[in-house]
Amino acid sequence: MPSWAPLSATELAERQRGLSEEQLQQRRIVNVNPETVTHVSATDIPGHWGPGQDDSWDIERFKQNLRFKFHQNKPYDSAFSLIGVDASIANAYRRILMSEIPTLAIEDVFIFDNTTIIQDEVLASRLGLIPLTGGQEALTWLRWYRKPPPKDDFASQATWPYDVDDNDADSATPNDHNTIVITLKVECRWATQAEDGRDGRRLAKEGETDPNERYVNSNIYAHQLVFEPQGDQAKHFSGENAIKPVNPDILIAKLRPGQRINLRCHCIKGIGMDHAKYSPVATASYRLLPDINITQPILGADAKKFQRCFPRGVIDLVKDGDSREEKAVVADPMKDTVSRECLRHDEFKDKVKLGRIRDHFIFSIESTGQFESDELFLDSVRLLRAKAERFNRHLTELEDGR
Amino acid sequence: MSREQYTPPSTSQNNQQQGGAGAASGSGSYGGFNITGSGSLEDTTRPVHYLCGDCDAKVVLKKSDPIRCKECGYRVLYKERTNRMIQFEAR
Repeated sequence: MPSWAPLSATELAERQRGLSEEQLQQRRIVNVNPETVTHVSATDIPGHWGPGQDDSWDIERFKQNLRFKFHQNKPYDSAFSLIGVDASIANAYRRILMSEIPTLAIEDVFIFDNTTIIQDEVLASRLGLIPLTGGQEALTWLRWYRKPPPKDDFASQATWPYDVDDNDADSATPNDHNTIVITLKVECRWATQAEDGRDGRRLAKEGETDPNERYVNSNIYAHQLVFEPQGDQAKHFSGENAIKPVNPDILIAKLRPGQRINLRCHCIKGIGMDHAKYSPVATASYRLLPDINITQPILGADAKKFQRCFPRGVIDLVKDGDSREEKAVVADPMKDTVSRECLRHDEFKDKVKLGRIRDHFIFSIESTGQFESDELFLDSVRLLRAKAERFNRHLTELEDGR
Repeated sequence: MSREQYTPPSTSQNNQQQGGAGAASGSGSYGGFNITGSGSLEDTTRPVHYLCGDCDAKVVLKKSDPIRCKECGYRVLYKERTNRMIQFEAR
């Protein structure tokens, strides 16, 4: 009988009685078979399960199903489960995290002097990728800087003065509300007795090869960047809130005596869509919770072998009540990698079913240090909400014929 | 250096220098956004700095000076990098 055939009276009655917990759970699972993956798509589309069942979206039911659980919440590395949302929503959060939350990064580098072996453009690129941090409130206080288009881009030049934000007329010129200035002025020299308490030249004659001993400033690190507050910035970025690199020990360049670097950087707010240096996360990813279903008991030596098919901690061995044999039970499916190793062995055939839970997303957000990971996720939620509201507003305008 | 014990360098000295330069040039509201470096304007009468190819001494030559190192007399001199500001995008 085809699936679209009308239901008999008994079948309809059965459906309306509602589904058991087990059946509902089964619907959430993506089956991982030895060579195929089935039941991938979401099933909460009205009409998917045929007539006689209310599949319409309901905010109350959504609220009941939605759950959130932290597994780890370090400032710059958090992992949590988001349960009960569609993959499209979870993916939207992930994408917003990576490419739409604004952060501060070095955008323009004005090089006055660079006599090192590292080329100007390479140096500029390296500087741009240094993650910066500062006071959270001060960073949100910072406005956008709209960069004038390049001189050879006539198309964007033609529209340039017109599409400047009306609310912020100064956004096209660097000022203290939209640009942070950082300078770097260093020169490498031989260590001298008078200044450094060691004579680098003498040490070199004696066979010292360590450049840190022989020279001063032979390695330039991110902590040597000097933040220069301009105008109003002094009161927003003072003390603890000063702009500084997250990791002070990022190596920028290596110098030898006589080589100099003198440059000034302009840092602006940008988004990851524009350039990866503006991305607030090192990675933001999610995976689905693995599901291991042991359908028939696995005992004795088989249980040991079964345990070794999975990463450590996934399967536990417990003493079976009657036979005093060891029995495999699932301890922590979260640790599984779904390698499908157990499906390769004949002795486990028809004894185990692997799968993933379709609406259980285990997020992992690694911040680059400008904001904290959990705050970033909340930001992504706010941003998606704002986008949805904007879309809604445009639809209303369309309806009104404006 | 660990992330916790790192304190960013102070800017008080630089600020004084900045203020001085800004006041002297009188352009722009804050020195930091004034992107032309001090003394970066082209000036033909100003002496040009070279490095000796032999003894690596700094040699300052004016327009009509002979091309010769004042320390060792070596006649190959290397010009130093331009002191004009060069702008790059950090991309």
